[in-house]
Amino acid sequence: MFQYVVRRILYMVPTLIAVTIISFVVIELPPGDYLTNYVNRLMLQGEFLDEAQLEALKVQYGLGQPIYIRYLKWMSGVVRGNFGVSMEWGKPVGELIGQRLLLTVVISLATTLFIWAVAMPIGIYSATHQYSIGDYIFSFIGFVGVGVPEFMIALIFLWVGFSRFGVNLSGLFSEQYVEQGWSFGKVVDMLKHMWVPLIVLGLGGTAGMIRTTRANLLDELRKPYVTTARSKGLTERKVIWKYPVRLALNPFVSGLAYLLPGLVGGSTIISVVLSLPTSGPLYLKSLQTQDMYLAGTFVLMFSVLTVIGTLISDILLGVLDPRIRYE
Amino acid sequence: MTDEMEEKDTRVIESPVVDAQQELVDASQEDSVFVATQWQLMWWRFRKHKLAMIAGVILLLLYCIALFPEFLATYSPHESRKLFSQVPPHKVRFVDSEGKFGLRPFIYAYERTRDPDTLRLVYTPDLDAKYYLGFFVRGFDYKVLGLVASNLHLVGVKPDETGTAPEVFLMGTDNLGRDLFSRMMYGTRISLSIGLIGVAFSFLFGITLGGLSGYYGGVADLVIQRVIEFIRAVPGIPLWMALSAALPATWPPLRVYFGITVILSFLSWTGLARIVRGRFLALREEDFIMAARLAGSGEMRIIFRHMVPSFTSYIIASLTLSIPGMILGETSLSFLGLGLRPPVISWGVLLQGGQNLQAVAQTPWLMLPGIFVIVTVLAYNFLGDGLRDAADPYSR
Repeated sequence: MFQYVVRRILYMVPTLIAVTIISFVVIELPPGDYLTNYVNRLMLQGEFLDEAQLEALKVQYGLGQPIYIRYLKWMSGVVRGNFGVSMEWGKPVGELIGQRLLLTVVISLATTLFIWAVAMPIGIYSATHQYSIGDYIFSFIGFVGVGVPEFMIALIFLWVGFSRFGVNLSGLFSEQYVEQGWSFGKVVDMLKHMWVPLIVLGLGGTAGMIRTTRANLLDELRKPYVTTARSKGLTERKVIWKYPVRLALNPFVSGLAYLLPGLVGGSTIISVVLSLPTSGPLYLKSLQTQDMYLAGTFVLMFSVLTVIGTLISDILLGVLDPRIRYE
Repeated sequence: MTDEMEEKDTRVIESPVVDAQQELVDASQEDSVFVATQWQLMWWRFRKHKLAMIAGVILLLLYCIALFPEFLATYSPHESRKLFSQVPPHKVRFVDSEGKFGLRPFIYAYERTRDPDTLRLVYTPDLDAKYYLGFFVRGFDYKVLGLVASNLHLVGVKPDETGTAPEVFLMGTDNLGRDLFSRMMYGTRISLSIGLIGVAFSFLFGITLGGLSGYYGGVADLVIQRVIEFIRAVPGIPLWMALSAALPATWPPLRVYFGITVILSFLSWTGLARIVRGRFLALREEDFIMAARLAGSGEMRIIFRHMVPSFTSYIIASLTLSIPGMILGETSLSFLGLGLRPPVISWGVLLQGGQNLQAVAQTPWLMLPGIFVIVTVLAYNFLGDGLRDAADPYSR
């Protein structure tokens, strides 16, 4: 097992390097160099840089040097936790991103748990009660979850909440907590607001998960060993829960690797609609204003999150299914 | 499908007469099954999938809209009206205020007042101003598919005795007083075609790279598989956003359109490549490929004459299933303001109008384009499911 985990972690290294290259490409993508943009912006605000400052900045960002040198310069900063400076905000990127990224992680993880908690029982129910009314209802909800884009669900939630109940469902905190630091009250308040993003984000994933669980479990239930178990007189409960369900649960773990990128991406869009204080709105703004160090760092962070999610899912799969470990 | 079979069985047992007839039908069917081509078998199989058939018809209708938006639109989509901003949709009625029912649809013109407290414009139906809707009326000029000049439109308001006719807004108007229904019709063309063109691109990437990977194996396979794994591991939406934000703002709309399409397909060819690779790996070992090789067929002939036809159906099915993702991608990007930009009209651009709580609360009809998105995506999903089942007519 130890060997397996080490191997998986080593596999991560090339992926991580590729991820940093992609992020750097994102930083370099906009036409023109950012220093010119920066100087122009400063000039608009009535500030001027003298030659010495300009030279210092040029050296700092490695302008005029080949692209791989600039990449290595940026990387050496990243490794030390220095992600560059946001042109728009005039602050180090790390400072801006920190808390928002944390909230994104919290929401993504909570949504994963929500998806598991909802999809598992429903999937098992749908498979064991195939073609029942419940099965049809859940299948219908599943199709809706697959077909309706997340931001539409968010908009519909907002609209229904406002027009029927007169409440504002956007945001993650009540007004009195927005500006405050973290406290017990703020956490409780956040939990109270979190159900809307959870449902909106989780619906698509839940739908997919229900379908896979149902299909997998149905396949398992048709296998001869289940018939054997029945013919030997095992109770129905034991027949279903002892082996088929366990085998049908694999997608819950392996799906994590694909679930996380979807959640991170999905939360980017719905947090704009629901105005959540997560990374989404800031990322969008950074792209709109071509604040590329901020944007590139976001891409890097999102990708690293995903890579870590894949690692966790691989390790969990190894724990669950010994065959994978010895592949 | 199994349901239907069981039903048939029970009926056969109940009545001996039907039984004999059934046998005859079965026999003739069996004969035709033996001589049927693979595509015929697939069609028979697909026909049984009711939902997929319905979805197919809905999609055909939607693509008709995409072909002839000018005919269906009531007004020019760019025409803005200062006096008619944020007008709610006109209700098309058959029963008038006195409870009389007529077959001819009509609308009540709106009376415009200003709310004394909020100073917002309020539109109330004027029960005295009744106007019938006419079909095949004359309106603004356009060219059918850019070729034939015409000014015929499906729906319009018929003038009353005095010759005046108000404008009808079937889906209301936006902030600039542009008719949402007409804009919807035009947006359909962009949004639906982006799915098709995007899929064509990813088909190109997917089949080439997946084919290389599966047919040659070895180092090519290893490299391509790593690349695929990597692309799948990067969260797609943020990367889409970054790439499309990098498209220069000075680009003309058409180039932006293709840029967005390439970006969307750049991240979605991986699924197809995996399927193609899998099929190639499986087929490589088949006897009929070995036979072709022994008969002296060249590599290209083996690939295109023998291998590709045997998994075309899978490819069609999986392409169909990947179109909705493209459409959703475009809609989401444009919704965020990173994709297509006005004056180009797409569903995402239209939905941008209903982006925040304020818009949702005051002008909920701006969310109507979303219904088109939902219907399209669901229809493609059902159609794709049906095609996937039909793709392998020999299963079961």
